Amino acid sequence: MTIKGKAYIAGVFEHPTRHAPDKSVAQLHAEVALGALADAGLTRDDVDGYFCAGDAPGPGPASMAEYLHLTKLRHVDSTELGGASYVALAGHAAAAIALDKCNVALITLAGRPRSEGVATGTTPRLRDPNQPEAAFEFPCGLTTANGYAMCAMRHMYQYGTTSEQLAWIKVAASHHAQHNPHAMLPEVVTVADVVNSPVIADPLHRLDCCVISDGGGALVVVKPEIAKSLHWPPVRIIGAGETVKHLAGGSFDLTISGAARSGPAAFAEAGVKPADIKYVSIYDSFTITVLIQIEDLGFCEKGMGGKFVADGNLISGVGKLPFNTDGGGLCNNHPANRGGMTKVIEAVRQLRGEAHPAVQVKNCDLALAQGTGMQLGTRHCSATLIMERE
Amino acid sequence: MAVARKIPSPIVNIETEPFWKAARERRFVVPTCSTCGRAHWYPRAICPFCGGNIAWHDASGRGTIYTYSVMRRAKEPYVIAYVTLAEGPTMLTNLVECDLDALRIGQPVGVVFVETENGPPVPMFKPA
Repeated sequence: MTIKGKAYIAGVFEHPTRHAPDKSVAQLHAEVALGALADAGLTRDDVDGYFCAGDAPGPGPASMAEYLHLTKLRHVDSTELGGASYVALAGHAAAAIALDKCNVALITLAGRPRSEGVATGTTPRLRDPNQPEAAFEFPCGLTTANGYAMCAMRHMYQYGTTSEQLAWIKVAASHHAQHNPHAMLPEVVTVADVVNSPVIADPLHRLDCCVISDGGGALVVVKPEIAKSLHWPPVRIIGAGETVKHLAGGSFDLTISGAARSGPAAFAEAGVKPADIKYVSIYDSFTITVLIQIEDLGFCEKGMGGKFVADGNLISGVGKLPFNTDGGGLCNNHPANRGGMTKVIEAVRQLRGEAHPAVQVKNCDLALAQGTGMQLGTRHCSATLIMERE
Repeated sequence: MAVARKIPSPIVNIETEPFWKAARERRFVVPTCSTCGRAHWYPRAICPFCGGNIAWHDASGRGTIYTYSVMRRAKEPYVIAYVTLAEGPTMLTNLVECDLDALRIGQPVGVVFVETENGPPVPMFKPA
């Protein structure tokens, strides 16, 4: 049993807002849902599967299913994998469609951390006191930024990676963001700009970190018979993988992410190799996040990521592996502090030939979206999705 | 030198009460499996490797820095780190009583207990 070719992404929508003090989270979910359905040429009455994650208000899918007035549901899934959720949920939707549990799956994400003033990356947060590690981690002042920083520090130690090499990831993202009218940071930056920006947590600088933004996005995944009647060039889901990577009782390597497991699983299901991929969306909470996942997905050898990303190799039209052509989380947006949704959306734009002409990859027929949820520095979820244009 | 910051109290639960009882006595104990003999971190009552019951062994308090980061963007910069214990497992902690600019991966460190706001003290490490 495989999901290869069993489902198509027929609708995508990225909310244009980056700051939404005048809207509720539920309202943003509804706006992206309607946007993706309109993009697909479908309506809420066509939706019989609803997929959401931890950003959806209320426990599980119930409150949002009601707010969205989804009345025909016969399959729901609220798997919470942090920012990787939406990459994984696209695969779950394909699996549900392959099993005939639903025909039209709607996946939504929205949030407003910017309006709510959440100091997302630099303040220690106690999420759930029943988390078994909480007593041993929360007193340490673990934040998102210093957790990822420890991964970068170790990668530098093990492999000789430099701050300048990491900076190239931001430089590439900024080259793409300049063409995105919605990008929060549309200005092109240089390696010097990045390494001279203030240090947040050694060795990560401010420009190594993603933006904090409001907004959201949605996907509509449908069965092949429905996809064929819709107007877009069909984008098939051909492979998916997911996993959790954790500290394994205190025996771990912080330079390796869950992509080392979710990636090969997705490639195996799709029957393709890293060298076949024309475009990648790679989760970019920080520059180091990108570097580690690129290695783990097999685009270069472990430890060679620094050399691989340098000198513009991730810039569309310049390098070998065009990535995050919307500007990504580093420059464009990171709605609800969860970047997985926009990773899938930009991959679909590339496969449709709908990316900005300045960053559109020529003959882009095979793309990969990679998501990481929670914290690379402790435990995280990883999801990989491979898509193909017919 | 690393400036002291207010350390939030660890939330003690029934499973890890023995660890915190020892900490109040300034004893650093590491959970070690009575069946397979392996030590693990973070502490739990059931061995993550074999499912056996654990005992709380007095640890050497010695380790080396696996990785670290100075949190510069904080009112009082502090050092978060992973320290690999002589007993095997690598644990999340802070480095204290140290020069923020003179730390290096692989450096030997030793345990110290640091007071928390109103709970038991927590194990942290300083250069050996």
